[in-house]
Amino acid sequence: MNDTFELAGKTYSSRLLVGTGKYKDLAETKAAIEASGAEIVTVAIRRTNIGQNPNEPSLLEVIPPEKYTLLPNTAGCFDAESAVRTCQLARELLDGHSLVKLEVLGDVETLYPNVLETLKAARTLIDDGFQIMVYTSDDPIIAKEFEDMGCVAVMPLGSLIGSGMGIVNPYNIRMIKERLTVPVLVDAGVGTASDAAVAMELGCDGVLMNTAIAAAKDPVLMASAMKKAVQAGREAYLAGRMPQRIYTASPSSPDEGIFFDKPAS
Amino acid sequence: MQIILNGEPYELKDGATAAELVQQLELTGKRIAMERNETIVPRSQYEQTELQPGDRIEIIHAVGGG
Repeated sequence: MNDTFELAGKTYSSRLLVGTGKYKDLAETKAAIEASGAEIVTVAIRRTNIGQNPNEPSLLEVIPPEKYTLLPNTAGCFDAESAVRTCQLARELLDGHSLVKLEVLGDVETLYPNVLETLKAARTLIDDGFQIMVYTSDDPIIAKEFEDMGCVAVMPLGSLIGSGMGIVNPYNIRMIKERLTVPVLVDAGVGTASDAAVAMELGCDGVLMNTAIAAAKDPVLMASAMKKAVQAGREAYLAGRMPQRIYTASPSSPDEGIFFDKPAS
Repeated sequence: MQIILNGEPYELKDGATAAELVQQLELTGKRIAMERNETIVPRSQYEQTELQPGDRIEIIHAVGGG
């Protein structure tokens, strides 16, 4: 099925976006990302380890920017200023690449987005020429605000980062998708394949996940499961599900031609 | 002279450039980015950027993250 997805002027065939954190080593990172079929991959920006072996393999050798669209994130930023600095460093690191995942967190327990600081950072970054995919709460009013500012994608949380609780408010996710024209992706909270399928069945343009794959017992197998779940959910959405008939059964086999007595209704 | 490199004191010869710092760290040609006193130093300007005592230098790279 030819069903592509456009983001910031580029066309992608995979609607699964994956992170690169929490893997046991770079070999596992590489294998899981390949199995996921993802074309857009997030990375974090951190200090180099001064004094350590400068020749140890680096993440960008297994996730080459020539092969993947890298999506630097601002994970760990709790204010607009540090998020802006992180994005500027990422752009320098990746030779002018301006697509970033903006997340500004509210506190260390919940990692819930601080939307006030996120709005401030988004404004500064957009004015500076960045293309922002923004991690935010599942509030439809705020989501629209980010679209109106010029964010290239809005990414509401399914549930808390790394919690694996799934999509706790599917009605909000659907409302956001119905009100926005930029791509809407569920970011954070997916725990297993059915969660990813639910996100896609709600009509989302994609799903971004990290821990659900990296913290599975077999990350490579889970990556493959997620690839299929996203595809299945997308196809189910496009196919248009049957109407839900609460407490109303309907036989799939014909009533006509039954050759024995059946109970009266 | 002493600079603050990635949050730690670091000794460097007087008048060293950003390029010389990168070389001393054996990071020449690696995918890194540098900030000096919270302002980006573009890779193309490492040669011309003379560091000053007390400069706060950050050198970053990409690591695994979601």
